[in-house]
Amino acid sequence: MTAVEFTGVSRHYPGGVRALDEVDLRVERGEMLAIVGPSGSGKSTLLNLLGTLDAPTSGSVRVFGYDVGELGDDQLAALRARTIGFVFQQFHLAPNVYAVDNVADGLLYAGVPARTRVRRARRALERVGLADRAHHRPHELSGGQKQRVAIARAVVGSPPLLLADEPTGALDTASGEAVMRVLRELNEDGVTVVVITHDRELADSLPRRVEVRDGRVVADSGASRESGDPRGQVSSTGRVTHASRGPTGSGWPRSLRWFAGIGRLGRAGGPTRDR
Amino acid sequence: MRGLPRLWRDRRSPLRPARLSLVDRLRTGSSGLRARPTRVVLSALGIAIGIAAMVAVVGVSSSGQAELDQRIARLGTNLLSVTPGENLFGEAAKLPEEARGRIDRMPEVEHTSQVEQVSGANVYRSDLVPSAESGGIAAYGVDLDLLEAVRAEVAEGTWLNGATSDHPAVVLGASAAGRLGVDRITPDTLVLIGDTYFSVVGVLERSELAPELDNAALVGQRIAEEVLGAKGEASTVYVRIDPEHVERVRDEVGRNANPEKPNEVRVSRPSDALEAQQAADQTFQGLLLGLGGLALLVGGVGVANTMVISVLERRGEIGLRRALGATRRDIRGQFLVEAMALSALGGVFGVLLGSLATAGYALLRGWPVSLPWWAGAGAVVATVAIGAVAGIVPALRAAAQHPTEALGTA
Repeated sequence: MTAVEFTGVSRHYPGGVRALDEVDLRVERGEMLAIVGPSGSGKSTLLNLLGTLDAPTSGSVRVFGYDVGELGDDQLAALRARTIGFVFQQFHLAPNVYAVDNVADGLLYAGVPARTRVRRARRALERVGLADRAHHRPHELSGGQKQRVAIARAVVGSPPLLLADEPTGALDTASGEAVMRVLRELNEDGVTVVVITHDRELADSLPRRVEVRDGRVVADSGASRESGDPRGQVSSTGRVTHASRGPTGSGWPRSLRWFAGIGRLGRAGGPTRDR
Repeated sequence: MRGLPRLWRDRRSPLRPARLSLVDRLRTGSSGLRARPTRVVLSALGIAIGIAAMVAVVGVSSSGQAELDQRIARLGTNLLSVTPGENLFGEAAKLPEEARGRIDRMPEVEHTSQVEQVSGANVYRSDLVPSAESGGIAAYGVDLDLLEAVRAEVAEGTWLNGATSDHPAVVLGASAAGRLGVDRITPDTLVLIGDTYFSVVGVLERSELAPELDNAALVGQRIAEEVLGAKGEASTVYVRIDPEHVERVRDEVGRNANPEKPNEVRVSRPSDALEAQQAADQTFQGLLLGLGGLALLVGGVGVANTMVISVLERRGEIGLRRALGATRRDIRGQFLVEAMALSALGGVFGVLLGSLATAGYALLRGWPVSLPWWAGAGAVVATVAIGAVAGIVPALRAAAQHPTEALGTA
């Protein structure tokens, strides 16, 4: 199944800046990949488009089968609330608010009752190894702990897709490794993880790397194959690199089983609207 | 993780955003305030001052009213004063001699007392005072039960009694005593009424229902007739009526006083004058309320200003919330609730402040403290409305912000 599919996606900004230019990209469910490139390469724009926070100027972006260009603001918000978790370099935790409440806010817009939110927040904190920090405020936590709280917030709603923007950028090596370990564990549980980074070393540690430069995908180490879908191989407008890799997991992991439900909700795409 | 599949299936439309519960709205709306307490206090202060001013105005006026009500209740609203009016030719009329007796026989009448103003009897401290400087003090011949009827109190000395009322003894009204310079009563405190020295036996408190007695020298009716040439004609009959029947009996009293010429009798209710006096004070209140409203307006602008800054500062938070799945409507609602909460906080604080001011002022004046509940409730409702208006533009701005801004900070 496809988590995200970009077809000929361009994003231009006023003033003639071409942040992204005719990008094709396909991310299968259960993959873990790095989008790597220097600053100004367009990887942040790519992340915004992946996260449905922005819409392409032309081309089509499909997230779990939904054509982002066809959805209104409310629908995009609902899509984000249920399918995408975000992790930012700057954590964006509410100051003076307990870790568990920060995490619970990840479910605020998903229509989950308050008590359930807290219960699930505790579980998410357990998952990132911070159960004992539930009642600490952000300033009482180390950078790495803060980022793990932010990850817990991103995954508390069990989104099938996790987008991490420079998740280790503000952390020392050890904390960064701990954070990456958590992300890998989530991926093993079936979450599709996309890490945006400028750190080549970090990117090399991930199963798949998509290199971006000047708004184009210049290299792609290849999609991991989940199915026999012939389009599973990445095609990008730049150099196409096919690296054959084994599947990241055998069969659907427990936590992914219900993702099958998403397929029913996904609509077959209509014509792509150019913007 | 296990909870979500069920949630998904429950949705009729898969991409309909969830609506926040009221509690969540309030919680999110106040989160920004909790994070910046100092700013909250300062910007709520403007609203608080405006509300406090308005609440205090209402409270002071209401306490004053309560005091008046208490006073009137003590004095009674069942006193009528019957005086001669004018006849058809505009000449001063007289009350018939039997007026008091006829009124007295009415079943609803509890008590009557009459006074006669003695014309031509001026009052002086001594015969050395030039006769022109009478001070406008009038001499009255009175019945012994007068005080009961008008509920006046003796400030100093005693009231007339059976013995003193037949002798040249006088009780002075409060301002008459002041004008005559009688501040202390000794056995040889005398005043000159007409040609006769009267010894002062008492001074009255200010009489609120019969202010005409304040600037008067009151002597027994008999001595007034013997010495001062009073004619035994009542100039005022004070009538106490069963409180249940005052309104109904009022006209009958006039007809009974002078059945042949009821139009020559004037019946008034002195407590009405006290109430009218209170109403006159209320024009001033309008001005104060207007000033309070102005302060409130300035406070509202302050709240709007704070909110605009808050929205600018919290781009990151807005972006994050959008990433978490907040709709534009959610963001708009959050900032609107925040503005309303900020303003309402000022309102509550202002009501407290205004109540304290009211209590302080009332206690200082020896009034009962009275603040109508609607003043407090209305103030809080008004501040919520002010907050909503002040919050509209900032909230729209916040909602219009593009969701990519949170990521842009990386």
